[in-house]
Amino acid sequence: MPDPVALVLLIPIGAAALLAVLPGYRLTSRLSVLASLLTLVAAASLFVVERSEPGKYLFVDDLNIVFIVLNTFVAFTTSVFSATYIGHELESGKLTLNYLRFYHAMYQMLIFAMNLALVANNIGLIWVAIELATLTTVLMVGIYRTHEALEAAWKYFILGSVGIALALFGTILVYMAARPVVGEGSDAMVWTVLIEHVAGFDPALLNVAFVFLLLGYGTKVGLAPLHAWLPDAHAEGPTPISAVLSGLLLNVALYALLRFKMLLAGNPGAIAPGPMLITMGLTSLIFASFMLYRRADVKRLFAYSSIEHMGIIAFAFGMGGPLANFAGLLHMVMHSLTKSAIFFAVGHIAQVKGSQKIADIGGLTVTHPWLGWGLVLGVVAIAGLPPLGIFMSEFLLVSSTFAREPLLAIPLVLGLMVAFGALLLRLNGLAFGEPRGNTAPANASYVPMFAHLLLVCVAGVYLPAPLVAWFRHVASLLG
Amino acid sequence: MAGSYGRGPLVNSLVFDIAHLLAASLVLISFVQLYQDRLYALLNTFALHSLALACSVAWQAYIQDAPHLYVTAAIALVFKAIVIPVVLHRIIQRLGIHREIETVVGIGLTMLAGIALVALSMVVMLRVTGDADPLARQDLAFALAVLLLGLLLMVSRRNAVSQVVGFMSLENGLVLAATGAQGMPLVVEISVAFSILIAFIVIGIFLFRIRERFDTVDVQVLDRYRGERL
Amino acid sequence: MALIADFLVQGLQMALVLIAAPLLTGFVRKVRARLQRRQGPSPLQPYRDLYRLLRKDVVLAESASWLFRAAPYLIFAFTWVAASLVPTFATGLMFSWTADLIAIVALLGSARFFLALAGLDVGTSFGGIGSSREAMIASLAEPAMLLIVFPLALVAGSTQLSTVAAFMASPQAGLSVSVGLALVAFVMVAIAENARIPVDNPATHLELTMVHEAMVLEYSGRHLAMIELAASMKLLLYASLLACLFAPWGLATAGMGTAAYAVGAASYAGKLAVAGILLAVFETAIAKMRVFRVPEFLGAALMLGLLATLFMFLSRSL
Repeated sequence: MPDPVALVLLIPIGAAALLAVLPGYRLTSRLSVLASLLTLVAAASLFVVERSEPGKYLFVDDLNIVFIVLNTFVAFTTSVFSATYIGHELESGKLTLNYLRFYHAMYQMLIFAMNLALVANNIGLIWVAIELATLTTVLMVGIYRTHEALEAAWKYFILGSVGIALALFGTILVYMAARPVVGEGSDAMVWTVLIEHVAGFDPALLNVAFVFLLLGYGTKVGLAPLHAWLPDAHAEGPTPISAVLSGLLLNVALYALLRFKMLLAGNPGAIAPGPMLITMGLTSLIFASFMLYRRADVKRLFAYSSIEHMGIIAFAFGMGGPLANFAGLLHMVMHSLTKSAIFFAVGHIAQVKGSQKIADIGGLTVTHPWLGWGLVLGVVAIAGLPPLGIFMSEFLLVSSTFAREPLLAIPLVLGLMVAFGALLLRLNGLAFGEPRGNTAPANASYVPMFAHLLLVCVAGVYLPAPLVAWFRHVASLLG
Repeated sequence: MAGSYGRGPLVNSLVFDIAHLLAASLVLISFVQLYQDRLYALLNTFALHSLALACSVAWQAYIQDAPHLYVTAAIALVFKAIVIPVVLHRIIQRLGIHREIETVVGIGLTMLAGIALVALSMVVMLRVTGDADPLARQDLAFALAVLLLGLLLMVSRRNAVSQVVGFMSLENGLVLAATGAQGMPLVVEISVAFSILIAFIVIGIFLFRIRERFDTVDVQVLDRYRGERL
Repeated sequence: MALIADFLVQGLQMALVLIAAPLLTGFVRKVRARLQRRQGPSPLQPYRDLYRLLRKDVVLAESASWLFRAAPYLIFAFTWVAASLVPTFATGLMFSWTADLIAIVALLGSARFFLALAGLDVGTSFGGIGSSREAMIASLAEPAMLLIVFPLALVAGSTQLSTVAAFMASPQAGLSVSVGLALVAFVMVAIAENARIPVDNPATHLELTMVHEAMVLEYSGRHLAMIELAASMKLLLYASLLACLFAPWGLATAGMGTAAYAVGAASYAGKLAVAGILLAVFETAIAKMRVFRVPEFLGAALMLGLLATLFMFLSRSL
């Protein structure tokens, strides 16, 4: 049996090549689903297959396996969702067949790039993979070629490129710090080698490197004040891409940041990266939660909610310690699942109503009960109501913060409350009250959405013991 | 820091002086770019910028005895100093983009900010790279200066093509840093990756016909379409 | 005896700058004329002009104060002292300890101050325009000049012109970006300071553009002669500075004997000729810029000076 690590990369890239040449939209969308499923199976098999030694370029450890499995799972469900969604776009004439082919190929390419970033053992390779992921998403954000879509793609592109450039400078500095200790050549960029020798690195150089990495990858994570691209890119691209952006790509960038944070934590002379993450996290949380009130566009609303949640996650990892790290990991998983489920619902709703404006949508629970209640469940989950999964992680985070840094808990709770209020206010208009807009029945695929929501609900009530043990272990790795 | 006036053996050599000259000329040309207010002139200075980069990288390849860096130098020379400026010239002509560049603040203020950024990058880089050898230290300091000046060019211009030029000169600074860090792997790959990225941007401008779609490539006008107001 | 010899050599230099200055001005005019396919006046014409002016009566405006009458002599004196401090054919002369770059900048600054005051004194509008424009140029040119001095002083470890020149002539100087930048910036400042094209045109009396000529419009007779001579000496001063800072080859050192002095003098004459020709070519090739562009021009010089200083700090602290 071939190495599952290789499969996780080879299946998507092979599928991308195949989809780029195959005609016919039914075939391609099914093929895309199949490829995503196979990738998921390969990723899941990483748990059972014995791991090989970390290679020069690729490796799997307990941390990235969580990310890979989450990534491939959401990628799979999104591919199911996009089969219906994109089919509808074809019928309504928003996209042509050629664009469709391009879309599916690019989608697989994106999965490849994200998986590559997650399994890369080389800080240069991580960088290349994230650049590739950015490029593919830029192309997909601009796929409708409307004025707004092009603007969003352009903004995303320019800001993303600046971020990626800063990240590369940080990477070079890390190499400079490693060179005197590890020696010249490619070993000085291999993460597993770096973490072994990091105690001997020049702390000053590492500090500056981390500032650049935080700014660079932080742009991709969408942390304020580097978030400007995020709402536009979410709002103007196809909804499956919004789901993948929020659910996955932000996580991948965060993963890169976490790897470097672990490096910094290993060096006794370096500054603690925690306070920087906490500051950016809290800024994002509070800024985004106030921004939620004045959104007129439903996709933009949830894009700001993503900024808010990435802020919470960054805050959690910035706090560090077993409990906060655990909460951060859990929150990340729950956010990915919930947010992509919300975007699945929003995508179908926007298709039915023919508009993304909040003012054009109303009374969904009456006209489209499945979609409406799905959305209600998703928003209730994302707002952090008990007993759903996000409540759990937020509760853990707030209680651990109160125990350690009560002063920091105040802005955290404030941000959470403000966001909670804003989301419920908007939800009220969307799901209840007088029906507005088109009431024609939706041609939707409910399975991905409810699968995610089910997982979120279950996680809120019951987390399997092996999963908890695994998360605990990973949380201790993060330091 | 500046207290000692003695020069080490390497610092005084001609090898070092030429490397210093080439890297510093990159910074200087970045300033010339900041000064431009015409698109064509900006493109020409960018070509010069890339030429200086190619020379600098080739010199590093010679010093470090690293033949693969010649590839990077060749990419910089052929792709960035010749192909990209020529293609952008054509695009500007074809799309009829306004040839004057609108600046956000006055050029004098931008230049002063640039000087401050150069000073900042030198102070930061010299302070943190205490142990590295002088050649790498000065290259990193210059590279950071070029990078920040590129950023400054991007934020101080409202026009998409000049933002792209700013990005490309920013990226030249990165290549300078990567070659200055001796023995760094993947340098060639990174420069190739960047070239692809730039090719994407340029193709993007042309294919998406930013001019046709937006009437103007003035990014400020685009802000109207955010649709965030209730 | 040695003291007298030293004194003589120093005196020779003072006389030299006084005598050579009009010749340089005339030479530049001649070359320019030839480049423009004109015959042009003889290079000796400035001497004749000066002689003519000295014989003429002075016409004073009614509103002119004592300042107006004293200023030409002050300007002349400041400029002469400054010009004779700069090493021409030899370094290490008797008064060379005073030949400090900063002192020279300050002396020229004082001369300019009195010129601007004199321009304002009569109260005509032309004088006012000239003075205010001059002040605008000066406020940029002088900081730029000081910033050019910095990297040079950092390289040589002194602001003494003799020391700097000696260092620049030694093989230690090497290839330095900072010095190159300083050279370019210096040339730009020199052009502005001497009211040459493209900043100002010494040959025009067009009210829209003139700067220097506007200030001295009210002067006549021997006062004008002093000012003209001072202007010529200023040009010579900058040429000598350029020669001794950036091309210090063939400079004699004090006490090396007559032969070395002769070599120094010959190479000095050669450098002046080259500088004069280059200036004439430059002026012919370029058009005068609008007055409002002048700050940009000088700002660029300032910027180059700043960059040179920064780069110098960088290579110092490596």
